[in-house]
Amino acid sequence: MSSILYDAQGPRAKRRNVIFTVVFVVVLAALLWWVFSTLDEKGQLEWALWKPFFTGTEAWSTYIWPGLQNTLKAAVLAVVIALPLGAALGIARLSDHRWVRVPAAVVVEFFRSIPVLVLMIFGLALFAEYTNVSSDDRPLYAVVTGLVLYNASVLAEIVRSGILALPKGQAEGAMAIGLRKGQVMRLILLPQAVTAMLPAIVSQLVVILKDTALGGAILTFPELLASANTMSGYYGANVIASYTVVAVIYIALNFALTSFASWLERRLRRGKKSTGAVLSADDVETADAGAVGKL
Amino acid sequence: MFDFLQDYDLAGAVWTTVQLAVLSAVGSLIWGTLLAAMRVGPVPLMRGFGTAYVNIVRNIPLTVIILFASLGLNQTLGVTLGGGNDFETINFRLAVLGLILYTSSFVCEALRSGINTVPVGQAEAARALGLSFGQVLRLVVLPQAFRSSVVPLANVLIALIKNTTVAAAIGVAETALLMKEMIENEAQLLLISAVIALVFVVLTLPTGLILGWVGKKVAVKR
Repeated sequence: MSSILYDAQGPRAKRRNVIFTVVFVVVLAALLWWVFSTLDEKGQLEWALWKPFFTGTEAWSTYIWPGLQNTLKAAVLAVVIALPLGAALGIARLSDHRWVRVPAAVVVEFFRSIPVLVLMIFGLALFAEYTNVSSDDRPLYAVVTGLVLYNASVLAEIVRSGILALPKGQAEGAMAIGLRKGQVMRLILLPQAVTAMLPAIVSQLVVILKDTALGGAILTFPELLASANTMSGYYGANVIASYTVVAVIYIALNFALTSFASWLERRLRRGKKSTGAVLSADDVETADAGAVGKL
Repeated sequence: MFDFLQDYDLAGAVWTTVQLAVLSAVGSLIWGTLLAAMRVGPVPLMRGFGTAYVNIVRNIPLTVIILFASLGLNQTLGVTLGGGNDFETINFRLAVLGLILYTSSFVCEALRSGINTVPVGQAEAARALGLSFGQVLRLVVLPQAFRSSVVPLANVLIALIKNTTVAAAIGVAETALLMKEMIENEAQLLLISAVIALVFVVLTLPTGLILGWVGKKVAVKR
């Protein structure tokens, strides 16, 4: 696509490219140099501050791994609970009965329009007030509750658009051979829609994983990001080192998931098994706003 | 029933949320467009930078970016963004910067998919007229791409409005932080949550509806 915007380059364009490249390199290098020299000035680049991550396993086994475990635990729990809930809501929204369709739509649109953080804060207070969950477990419960409420409604939209993306003939054909409504959904539509939805669901995992960090920053949930904070206290204010290591872990994890999602999408598009359109991995964080308010 | 609201500056907090959203939206639209231009442009290094930027930034939690802006940029590198000694102003501006850096990667991707919807013939015809890459992009491709990416951009904006709550992580006095404070001090958990939820529903639902309608109106009919 990019190549249609410009021709094979002639001498003048090549010269201009070189100039652009040089200017860009200079600006980027100046920025990096400023960052590194200031960090150096503040002593943030000293080996002592970075050493815990490269020699010995203490930093990894005492801080990072337990933090990562909590991050993954919250993310996995959230997905496992949100998926069936989302599927149920998505299917309910396609129901023939108004009294099922409208409430499902209201629930989905409501939770989709509220920030996850607000849901988490609400969850934390809710568990403190109305349940006897111990105060150590409360942050985990709150984070998972927030993530489930939000992501179930996003997944509901994914399921709904996955089913709507199937050719009409599928449902018509199924009804023509005498299947009931439930059977049409269970035997014909869902199996095809699920394959089409897989990439979108995998990329929703990235969103969930990223959102667990909110719990660490605001709800005292001891996950990966919170472990950076603890580490920078323990290893003598190595803020930059700790947070950089944690950021790299997040990037590696999420990049792997994103790449998996786009690989899955390419593979599904190539395969002939699915009849419907494959939901793009990209539209997830931003699942379609045209649908907002369509009751 | 709503007496407790008098002790708190709800309007002020909502106003901060709106300011965060509007400033970040404008900033990330500009930076995101530049990134998209880099990614489709003829200069290999800029293309590489754009791709790397989007892939890295999209995969970091916004919370980490905003904390980095505060701990790294401000407290270590000494960036104040012209805020002087006023911590509230500095943190507000840092939050806007963090939101811009994060959101622009999504704006870039939305625009790129918009560019993909512009038929090849448009760019080819523009090139046949002798327009340069900059002119092709500015005069022919981007105007059409913007029109077909109104809906994806609206989704980014809605996500942005909700993401402004993350600024609470560095103590910006916006709606979510006020909610936390109110819940800690008052007993009416459900009432407070309902009020805050209403604020966000009012902020996001009309945005989606209006921009969804605008998107349909301005979309290039093909």
